[in-house]
Amino acid sequence: MPELVITVARFGFLILLWIFVFTVVGVIRRDLFAGARSGRLVAAPRAVGASTGQQAARPAKVKRGRAAHQLVVTAGQLAGTRITLGDAQITIGRAEDSTLVITDDYASARHARLVPRDGQWFVEDLGSTNGTYLDRAKVTGPTPVPLGVPIRIGRTSLELRP
Amino acid sequence: MTAAATPAASPATTGEQPGVRLARSRRNAELSLLALAMVLVAAYGATVEANLLDTVTPDFWVPAAALGAVFLGLHLVIRFLAPYADPALLPAVALLNGLGVGFLRRIDLNDALPADRETLAIFAGTGGRQLAWTLVSVILAAALLVLMRDHRSVSRYAYTLGLAGIVLVMIPAVLPGRFSEINGAKLWIKFGDAFSIQPGEFAKLALLVFFAYYLVRKREVLSLASRRFLGIDFPRGRDLGPVVVVWLISLLVLIFEKDLGTSLLYFGMFVVTLYIATERVSWLLIGLVLFFGGAYLAYILGDLVGGPFANFYLRAEIWLDPFADPHDKGYQLVQGLLALGTGGLFGAGPGGGQPGLLPEVQNDFIFAGIGEEIGLFGLSALLVVYLLIVERGLRAALAVRDSFGKLLAGGLAFTLGLQVFVIVGGISKLIPLTGQTTPFLSAGGSSLMANWLLIAVLLRVSDGARRPVTGGGGKVARPAGGPPEQLHGAPTEVIRP
Repeated sequence: MPELVITVARFGFLILLWIFVFTVVGVIRRDLFAGARSGRLVAAPRAVGASTGQQAARPAKVKRGRAAHQLVVTAGQLAGTRITLGDAQITIGRAEDSTLVITDDYASARHARLVPRDGQWFVEDLGSTNGTYLDRAKVTGPTPVPLGVPIRIGRTSLELRP
Repeated sequence: MTAAATPAASPATTGEQPGVRLARSRRNAELSLLALAMVLVAAYGATVEANLLDTVTPDFWVPAAALGAVFLGLHLVIRFLAPYADPALLPAVALLNGLGVGFLRRIDLNDALPADRETLAIFAGTGGRQLAWTLVSVILAAALLVLMRDHRSVSRYAYTLGLAGIVLVMIPAVLPGRFSEINGAKLWIKFGDAFSIQPGEFAKLALLVFFAYYLVRKREVLSLASRRFLGIDFPRGRDLGPVVVVWLISLLVLIFEKDLGTSLLYFGMFVVTLYIATERVSWLLIGLVLFFGGAYLAYILGDLVGGPFANFYLRAEIWLDPFADPHDKGYQLVQGLLALGTGGLFGAGPGGGQPGLLPEVQNDFIFAGIGEEIGLFGLSALLVVYLLIVERGLRAALAVRDSFGKLLAGGLAFTLGLQVFVIVGGISKLIPLTGQTTPFLSAGGSSLMANWLLIAVLLRVSDGARRPVTGGGGKVARPAGGPPEQLHGAPTEVIRP
């Protein structure tokens, strides 16, 4: 084997190794910023496209930034957890099959749920022992949840975010 | 004007569905990264042959293709059973595993007679055995993904697994030395001369499941009841119980199995899961003080009384000054350092080094052996790959929605990182050298299998973390005023300061 081929192979391998590393980083990077970007790039156009069939596209477009896309835990043990909202309800409680399993001394097994109706999320207490609070007010029936208003369950606080 | 402003001002009372974000599974990204990794493994094989045989045999791609096929199988299992799993994990691990097989095959080529080199069968020698173990391990990982559809289901077996873990740790310690001792460390169960397993590697996983489960149940008590001293919250004495027990177990491992690395691994694993569970820095401080205190005590005792501590004392002495006895006791470490030094920045090229000079190069010193050939430039790439694997694990831990999953994934990812630190720190003389395997690179079936199972669990947790919320909670949809279901069975603990 000529010396040149071996040298090329040797350095080529090292370069390829780093190309692999940077490709992986690229994949991860897209993953990391997906949450920040998709609000305008991915999610909204899809949602608009999907809803044109049934409903007028225009109000959807106007309120695009206002719809809740994420449920964020702001206080408590799960602080920092984000759930991407779809059109399925979110159940909250200590039961293992809840969407958001909170291990909070003041939470019941099936504590509360968040239900979407016509683009608005409603919080509903499921007969919990210690109650669910929307900001300061105790939730008695299904109550609409505005963006950025804390839902309090025991020591845990949740907020809807666009 | 007011009419125009109204729709924007009143949020979402008319008919927009909340934006359904397209959750992307990224499986195609995983497949292409996997292909790139296998190209790298094949390129490594070709370069090794060009350097060692002075020609590239027509079969140079066969090991890479065999690995590629089995990884492709795992990829398909993930595609169907864990579609939202992290796309970077499998290719990164596949690359490390593939390069490990390639390097072991390179050692076989080095050891074989020059006449046999060109016709070395792919399942021959250490490299071939490692290839076979890889196939078995990947199949096991796939089986785990099939059996475990939700990581939370593991918590049901937490106590069983905890007991199994302790038994697995204890077996080599109580077995007589001829069944369990290899190179001075009693970490093995030997079945004859040909076959031995290292139960500690599996115990690691089992114990971690137990730790995660135990801490999820106890975290309140551990993080709330504390005394404040010097600005740091210290937990109460009785809550320290389990930590002290694990500390004792890890010291027992250190003393009876003569293995500092495994003991450090168990202890670090527990302290970090404790820290993740409670967010108390005091646990880290207590852990560090206990471990360094214990290690220093073992060092002093080894000097004074010898016996079970002598092995550790010897290793610490070699670490402090390997050049004091470079031809006997310090030989291995000195050769490792020289190999890394010879490699320099860009290395001697795959196949261009002298791994035959390094004792245990297929095992503990594989990183030094590889480092001689790919240099600092290549080694740092490998370390970054490890870092990425750990980062993806921690990311899954951050994103997953239940506490058990958080502790499990965080603990597993940290354990993997700690193991890499312990062995790479050992061969580069940062810490005393201990007999740890380098995950995915070193020859050894137990380590490979256990680490692939670890990756399977991480894949499962990351799938749970990234999966968009759909359906679910169907059981909850019943009249809200109905009788409440039985409350969760967690016992209430009264906290008195």
